[in-house]
Amino acid sequence: MRPLRGVVAYAGLTLLAATIIFPLYYAVVGSLMTDQELTRFPPPLFPDGLNLASYREVLDAVPLLRQYANSVFVSLSIVAGVLCTSVLAGYVFAFLDFPFKRLMFALFLSTMMVPAESTIIPNYLTMANLGLVNTFPALIVPFLATGFGTFLMRQFFLTFPREIYEAAKVEGSGHLWFITRILVPLSRPAIGTLAIYSFISTYNFYFWPLLVTSTPEMQTVQIGLKSLHSVEARHPSLIFAGVVLVIVPMVFLIYTFQRQIIRGLTAGAIK
Amino acid sequence: MGERVNRRRHRYRWREIGASAGFLLPALAVFGVFTFYPLVRSVWLSFHANDLLGRPVRFVGLDQYTKFFEEPELRRVLLTTALFAILTVLPTLLIGLFLALVLQTRVRGIGVFRTVMATPFAFSAASAAVVFDAFYSPSVGVFNGILHNLGIPQVDWLTSPSVALPSLALVIIWRDIGYAMLVCSAGLQSIPDQLFEAARIDGAGYLTLLRKIILPLLTPTMFFLLVVGTIGSLQTFGEINILTGGGPDGATTTLVYNLYQSAFAFGVSDYGLASAQAVILLFLVMGVTAVQFTVLQRKVFYS
Repeated sequence: MRPLRGVVAYAGLTLLAATIIFPLYYAVVGSLMTDQELTRFPPPLFPDGLNLASYREVLDAVPLLRQYANSVFVSLSIVAGVLCTSVLAGYVFAFLDFPFKRLMFALFLSTMMVPAESTIIPNYLTMANLGLVNTFPALIVPFLATGFGTFLMRQFFLTFPREIYEAAKVEGSGHLWFITRILVPLSRPAIGTLAIYSFISTYNFYFWPLLVTSTPEMQTVQIGLKSLHSVEARHPSLIFAGVVLVIVPMVFLIYTFQRQIIRGLTAGAIK
Repeated sequence: MGERVNRRRHRYRWREIGASAGFLLPALAVFGVFTFYPLVRSVWLSFHANDLLGRPVRFVGLDQYTKFFEEPELRRVLLTTALFAILTVLPTLLIGLFLALVLQTRVRGIGVFRTVMATPFAFSAASAAVVFDAFYSPSVGVFNGILHNLGIPQVDWLTSPSVALPSLALVIIWRDIGYAMLVCSAGLQSIPDQLFEAARIDGAGYLTLLRKIILPLLTPTMFFLLVVGTIGSLQTFGEINILTGGGPDGATTTLVYNLYQSAFAFGVSDYGLASAQAVILLFLVMGVTAVQFTVLQRKVFYS
């Protein structure tokens, strides 16, 4: 009875997993097929051979390497900025006291309720007026602080042993010394969660980069994929190669840091 | 002596206020310039009519908003947005829950299955859209290939006005089930094992267990997914932009997409109308969030 149940369980799980992962499978397989194979009907599910030419050709079609560098640079800059602003603000809300603190915290939280699309027109106009369209500052600066990051840091800092903080104060250490030497090193799990979470969401940004970039050299990989898709419609293997190149780092991150990601995702769910 | 301590505490507080202000300043600057000021400006722009370049020329009060009651196209946009939310959120929730339950199976290597099933979460809007566009291709796509093999007539996945919105929803559902599964799994893990043991000792079958223990205890998790999913579906842009461009015939033009088209597409910059849509979107998202807060507070109250 038990082995049979085991077999049935594995068969069911495998079928489900295969269905779910099929788009990734097909993107990889499609990138290894020739355009002739990909325009056969009904479409083949296995490649005739391993054709790696698409990966070379896709780099000629769009400046994907440059766009990779853009995406990584923009995402890392935003992660660094978000970590700084969130740690500082989280520290204030968790440890310090000042008039109207609750109101200020509510103000920070309220930014989480504002969908980016609701502010996108004035933000675009701001960038246009400053002459920053198609520059890195336009891609980076609007995202250097988030209500979510502040909230996440504050929640974690609230669980930090108060005695350590008091002891550091008695020793006469300054705020920045305490933050950089004691608080941050002891808060690595929470900081890691915020870093990975911010990186993934930034890397995947679409609407804003689409608006504020105009040349392929300034675009991120997401917008590169869009242009690839509209320009190379006759070469589906190139498009698949592009997709694979764009999502491989993300798949790697998701598989490696699943625990941190779950912690970040459920931070809002668990009160 | 008491006086001296008091004075020292007072000075200490002032320094604390100074540090607080300094540390909050960077975040406040970003919020001020890129969240609060644009919100005010969106509202202001929405009260104005503008010329073809988008420059506000005349105060029109709520005219941009009343258009949504008067013009059938704009009414349709709101309807499409609501329909799209329903088409995406509920299936995502149910599939995510189902996967999380299935992944509770106690077999060796279950972690691998969980990881694999979380994969869609790695896809961005653009990458998912591009892959599904290949699936939806009328002449050489995988979906029509499957239908062909089953002897079922072909479907115009993205070019038929009645099918395009569900096709679009399928992409969102696929992309979100990994996330929904992860969140549901986290919720399931927070249920104490003793509850399951006790139920099993009482001879409860799996369905009873599901109905009496798992689902009630998972209600907050599912509610969270419902809220997050609704907000996410209201904000969907990339998939629409790549797969349908709002077509065919406006069948997939949601509020956000119409906002984009009013402001940035077709060489016209109707910032007034677009801003009105930005404000409506803001109210929708705030409404959904307010519902969440109210319900959560009630839950806290009872427990």
